[in-house]
Amino acid sequence: MVEYSGIKEIIKPVNLVYKKSEIMTENTLSYCPGCGHGTAHRILAEIIGEEGLQSEAIGVSPVGCSVFMYNYLNIDWQEAAHGRAPAVATAIKRLLPEKFVFTYQGDGDLAAIGTAETIHACNRGENILIIFINNGIYGMTGGQMAPTTLPGMKSSTSPYGRDVRTMGYPLKITDIVATLPGSYYVTRQSVHTAANVKKTKKAIRKAVQYQKLNKGTCLVEIVSNCPSGWKMTPVQANKWMEENMFPYYPLGDLKTPEE
Amino acid sequence: MAKIRGSIVVNVERCKGCEVCMVTCPTGTIAMAKEVNGKGYNYAFPANPELCIGCANCAMVCPDGVITVYKTKI
Ligand SMILES: Cc1ncc(C[n+]2csc(CCOP(=O)(O)OP(=O)(O)O)c2C)c(N)n1
Ligand code: SF4
Ligand code: SF4
Ligand code: SF4
Ligand SMILES: [Mg+2]
Repeated sequence: MVEYSGIKEIIKPVNLVYKKSEIMTENTLSYCPGCGHGTAHRILAEIIGEEGLQSEAIGVSPVGCSVFMYNYLNIDWQEAAHGRAPAVATAIKRLLPEKFVFTYQGDGDLAAIGTAETIHACNRGENILIIFINNGIYGMTGGQMAPTTLPGMKSSTSPYGRDVRTMGYPLKITDIVATLPGSYYVTRQSVHTAANVKKTKKAIRKAVQYQKLNKGTCLVEIVSNCPSGWKMTPVQANKWMEENMFPYYPLGDLKTPEE
Repeated sequence: MAKIRGSIVVNVERCKGCEVCMVTCPTGTIAMAKEVNGKGYNYAFPANPELCIGCANCAMVCPDGVITVYKTKI
């Protein structure tokens, strides 16, 4: 392994403060440089490791850039057809109620082709965790407009910007889920700064713990970037996300259990 | 007064040169190398190692889990 390190004397096990979770496999992530999918994977892996859930966790991976997620976290997985992850997760959780079952889905997967599965799984209050990566675009297929694409935002299928008169308004599906009696904990976070990574980690840990109570569906939205689809550098994309995505998709809890 | 000193290790071949760690570092420890790694990316490296405080911000935002962080009091 080629390494470049800082002051050598400090580098010893007793001084270790951060290393990649052992739940992550050695496979190289297929994502573009700076893509938030990788950061979201890392956080989830850390929680699965820290909560001792490696043998309990069953993930359902989506269709989208994260389609190969099963190669990256060393747990049990099931791949779902595009948008169908909550339906597949429903079946798994009902058959194996002791397991921790979660889906990981992009906005095209969850809020376009899979809208029905999302709404109905949450409305039934299935005891699953849904992790929703909203980057406002179909990343995998070349940056087409998604239901979540912002007004005026350019994509390969809205080259002059999304015109809400003909293309409708961005769908705040997380807000809809929060209104359903079946949902238990619904929150919106991001992973582009260290402070936000810490908040997201807290939110996912809470959701994982709530999952054990079997009180309904938990959904953690992560507003994320797609530097390639947005045609920006990763650093520009994160700034653009703060300035444009967060006003439309404000971060914070949308539904918290009464304690 | 005890001083906090940190040190990072960059797994060079895993770095995709996204620069997210560099802009996140509060101390200006990290810079991008002029050389490229095997994938052709200008990788991140601790250009000013004496400035590192071991806060792990860089490692937390790295999508590819490239950075390991150590910290001590001296
Ligand atoms: C049934 C079906 N329809 C369409 C596609 C093409 N397709 C693959 S991924 C995708 C959208 C992915 O977007 P998103 O879920 O937002 O994920 P991202 O890549 O942005 O993370 C589409 C439309 C497909 N694979 N299967
Ligand atoms: S296309 Fe977008 S979402 Fe997909 S890996 Fe690249 S940056 Fe990430
Ligand atoms: S640990 Fe903190 S100070 Fe050190 S390089 Fe990383 S971000 Fe900078
Ligand atoms: S965040 Fe990670 S991948 Fe990006 S430049 Fe820094 S070390 Fe490399
Ligand atoms: Mg998307």
